[in-house]
Amino acid sequence: MAKRRAIEISAAVAEAAKLADVDVVAAYPITPQTHIVETLANFIADGEMDAEYINVESEHSAMSACVGASAAGARVLTSTNSQGLALMHEILYIASACRLPIVMPVVNRAMSAPINIWCDHQDSMGERDTGWIQFYVETGQEAFDTTLQAFKIAEDSDVLTPVMICLDGFILSHLIEPIMILEKKEVGQFLDSVYKPVNVLHPNKPISIGLLGMPDYYFELRRQQVDALEKAKKVIAKVDKEYEELFGRRYSFFESYKIDDADVVLMTIGSMTGTARVAIDKLREEGKKVGLLKLRVFRPEPYSEIYDVIKNIKVLAVVDRNLEPGAFGGVVFGEVRSAFYNREKKPQIMNFIVGLGGRDITVDNFLEMADTALRVVETGKMEKIIEYIGLRE
Amino acid sequence: MTEQAFKSIKNLPQEEYFAHGHRACSGCGHPIAMRLIMKAAGKNSVYISVTGCLEVVSSPYPQTAWRLPWIHVAFENAASVASGIEAAYKALMRKKKIEKEHIDVIALAGDGGTADIGLQALSGALERGHDFLYVCLDNEAYMNTGIQRSGSTPYGASTTTSPRGKVSIGNVTWKKDLPAIAAAHHIPYVATASVAYPIDLMNKVRKALDVEGPTYIHCLSPCPTGWRFDSAKTIEIAKIATLTGFWPLYEIVNGKTVLTKKVAKRKPVKDYLKLQGRFRHLKEDDISYIQNRVDEIAEELGLGPLG
Repeated sequence: MAKRRAIEISAAVAEAAKLADVDVVAAYPITPQTHIVETLANFIADGEMDAEYINVESEHSAMSACVGASAAGARVLTSTNSQGLALMHEILYIASACRLPIVMPVVNRAMSAPINIWCDHQDSMGERDTGWIQFYVETGQEAFDTTLQAFKIAEDSDVLTPVMICLDGFILSHLIEPIMILEKKEVGQFLDSVYKPVNVLHPNKPISIGLLGMPDYYFELRRQQVDALEKAKKVIAKVDKEYEELFGRRYSFFESYKIDDADVVLMTIGSMTGTARVAIDKLREEGKKVGLLKLRVFRPEPYSEIYDVIKNIKVLAVVDRNLEPGAFGGVVFGEVRSAFYNREKKPQIMNFIVGLGGRDITVDNFLEMADTALRVVETGKMEKIIEYIGLRE
Repeated sequence: MTEQAFKSIKNLPQEEYFAHGHRACSGCGHPIAMRLIMKAAGKNSVYISVTGCLEVVSSPYPQTAWRLPWIHVAFENAASVASGIEAAYKALMRKKKIEKEHIDVIALAGDGGTADIGLQALSGALERGHDFLYVCLDNEAYMNTGIQRSGSTPYGASTTTSPRGKVSIGNVTWKKDLPAIAAAHHIPYVATASVAYPIDLMNKVRKALDVEGPTYIHCLSPCPTGWRFDSAKTIEIAKIATLTGFWPLYEIVNGKTVLTKKVAKRKPVKDYLKLQGRFRHLKEDDISYIQNRVDEIAEELGLGPLG
């Protein structure tokens, strides 16, 4: 039976990889991701896990080795963040276009410069166009469960697309949390220990992978990735349901909190959601109609599903933990606004940019954001569409 | 000397694993090398190509010239992709997820993908000790993008980014010594080879694959387009490269260097240089400068004197 263990979240993610019977791990150290690959190294050193562990010389080679191993039919995992993820950038496109179900926990960290090892989402958000599925998790339990789900989603023959599980650096990765860790037998009911690809690099049936696509074919081949991500929506929902039936936990594309009669909804992503919940409870005690919507699946986009639950609210405040210099607001804000533009009935949409480079996002910050949004409800006027919170200006 | 697997051009394996109909320029050394390498390796082998001439000419979707498993990922990572493939087979066979058998993993890259952009990945894979063969098909410049110089372009060669000019003799650096760099990783087998010596090349491939651990072969592959010579003369030029000492053929087995083609009396390098447009601008002084350098290397390796 599953046991509740006080365990560091990085170690829990490694436990999930072990339970998934990963065959090849490509590892390159980068703070704050290191605890995941260190834990996996220990599992292998102690004979608890049977996998090839490749100590690659860079993240570029980590992703390249994952591509090779996955093409050869292995279940593979690597993990990185920030500069390491940026170094992988080129190969991320190739991994998804070659339809290789690689699983990668990304332990979110700010981008240089200035160099900074603390949390924000600039790294993974910067990879949003690479054709990968992206989950953002709030807790250690969700990180563990999502890692297990990720293999099943990625390897589904309708999907065959790699998955990033984005978890906030330090805030989640280094936190010790009581987590229900499943047993191998239980995981076996959910996930086959062997990944059985249709096309695999093996002399038994020679195939060519990664061909030259000229203008007469390239467009169609790339379009197939759009279809795969669309199909991934159904698979994500199906896998989530199966997981719930077996283990009693379910996450969906997003989670809403106290939004039924809300005038204002704060849309959060990642670990900041926990802090936001505290703020919402406080606001509700004061009779303020504020709710919360946590985005979990970012790719494929979840906006049609989200629309149904927020169409009746007055102000949607999107809280972005990322920065797009020169753009109109943060990444999620831009997408949400664009997705709802053609809807007749829609809330006013505003943007708060928060928590870059590990800057704390406090309950007070959320109270301030809620007050600003409530003022828009009262006055009908939005003075600023995009605001920075917790920043000295 | 160990027993050579291949003795004569007359009784080589009949299988053609690198199909005709590929789009290489006439006279290109790469398809010649690939036919020989794949014959030597046999059916149970898997290939990784970097971005470059070989990849482009062999894989215009939906066609492929590869009759054995092949993957192309990017420019700089043949060795890393090979590492992943080798590790996957090892894990899957050990865990009994696939049948146990020997599969040779062969990474292929040009000189740009090896000497320049891929050197880090190559060094990592050699150091980690993966059981694979890396073959550099050296045509001495970035030919696919239009003859730009690489770290493996010879001294004096005119390329589009090291052009000869009123005040330039062309490329002013010597070739990076890739076999020596590979050997510095203390891998069991390193060799140079040439498309002009097919039996030698095939035996080296066989030897490299029979050894456990990482192995490296550096193969000369003349490029009529980039070197500017008549496409009928590919083999002739490659042969003269060796006979002048410009491209010595040797093996480094467990650190010990042994010549595999002895040249009793070397031809002057001028005989090699004069056949190619890329060297046509060189003056007598430049040529004797190159000759001196080749003499030094020849002496080090134990090649014969200039005849």
